[in-house]
Amino acid sequence: MGLAILLIGTRKGLMLARSTDDRRTWATSDFQFLNQEVYSVAIDTRHDPPRIFAGVGTGHWGPLLTYSDDLGRSWTEPEEPPIGFPQGSDAAVARVWQVQPAPDGQPDVVYAGVEPHALFRSDDRGESFALVEGLWQHPHRPSWMPGGGGACLHTVLPHPTDPDDVMVVMSAAGVYHTRDGGVSWEPANRGIQAKFLPEDQRFPEFGQCVHKVAFHPDRPQRLFAQNHFGVYRSEDRGGSWVPIESGLPSNFGFALVAHPHRPDVLYNFPLQADAERFPPEAKLRVYRTEDAGANWEPLSKGLPTDAYYGAVLRDAMVADSRDPAGVYFGTRIGEVYASRDEGDTWSLIAEHLPDVLSLRVAEVA
Amino acid sequence: MTSRLLLPAALRRYAGDRAEVEIHGGTLGAALDDLAELLPQLERRLRDEQGQLRPHVLMFVDGVSVRSGAPMETRVADGAEIFVAPAVSGGDD
Repeated sequence: MGLAILLIGTRKGLMLARSTDDRRTWATSDFQFLNQEVYSVAIDTRHDPPRIFAGVGTGHWGPLLTYSDDLGRSWTEPEEPPIGFPQGSDAAVARVWQVQPAPDGQPDVVYAGVEPHALFRSDDRGESFALVEGLWQHPHRPSWMPGGGGACLHTVLPHPTDPDDVMVVMSAAGVYHTRDGGVSWEPANRGIQAKFLPEDQRFPEFGQCVHKVAFHPDRPQRLFAQNHFGVYRSEDRGGSWVPIESGLPSNFGFALVAHPHRPDVLYNFPLQADAERFPPEAKLRVYRTEDAGANWEPLSKGLPTDAYYGAVLRDAMVADSRDPAGVYFGTRIGEVYASRDEGDTWSLIAEHLPDVLSLRVAEVA
Repeated sequence: MTSRLLLPAALRRYAGDRAEVEIHGGTLGAALDDLAELLPQLERRLRDEQGQLRPHVLMFVDGVSVRSGAPMETRVADGAEIFVAPAVSGGDD
């Protein structure tokens, strides 16, 4: 392994960590985008040099989507705003929640999910984005509610080989799926419970607050979802969902990560409840299943053993592509932990940061 | 009409480290349209893509706040001062 880079987006800036010794040690850089929230980061390794994206909230001065082609030494802000609603749409981008490069077969395509609920697509490597009108004009949209973090489209899941197949996840609208390149979208929430609704209305067509969906690229029909109460699996790419939360200490949480090589392996970071967003029993533990959710085991070797109250947000846990896989998570009390053995053991690689909002990792050289 | 746009320190980097910029237009909207041509990265930090003032941006034309009503229709006299300030919207960390 050459150079691995880990992007750490926080409430008040961006930090880069680099490892040149097969992830044994990490060196962190100076903080960038001081006092600005970095809700989304991405590393696009489809071209050389790789391109790093940061979705930055500049506070009073609006959102910014910027990129670096020199591993974070300098950042480019295009002359024309790269992302924005068309004139007359009566909407303005409030926050960039997700930047998602498409699979290798579409080397110039990049997706962005924003607040308010909308998907943008770039066909020029992220220089400029266009609104995906099919989703924006969806007849359900007036009924979509904001989640606690806002009316966000926070997850974009392009199919690994079919460019017309994309899934998006929104709080609190749920999962939507297109099979025609974004022209039409269908809700994909059957079986997911909206526990906050009246008892006889808890399985609506849409309106669930799905916090994260993940899948393994070799098995795109199988999806995993962390809901606002409920962990689920789908074997038909969102056609239906079944609970897989038995064995977890809680079915609430945000972060959910698929293993890069083993389709039956999934990582989850449970939180006690929506009104108690702490690790259950105040124990810092990642949970792993190796049988697609039938059984779960806590992973805590190397993690603090005293009471821990830092939650992990939806984009603050990731896996790398190595074998054995590395797994990383950052907490809302500003610590980042890494495992280079699939979660069996952990070590602290950054601390005393603002709360961690987003992580991405890649091998770049 | 020519006016002077006075910038807070946080925005001066988008104006070549200048504290003020000369812009042209008989209304605030027209003056900011001129700014968009001149310094687009600065203008987009004041207005969103629909041309509306961002929620936490304050602007004063010759000392009068333009927050209420139709800010972009505000008349800008020749030689006017347009003062930009971030709203004091603390409370978050």
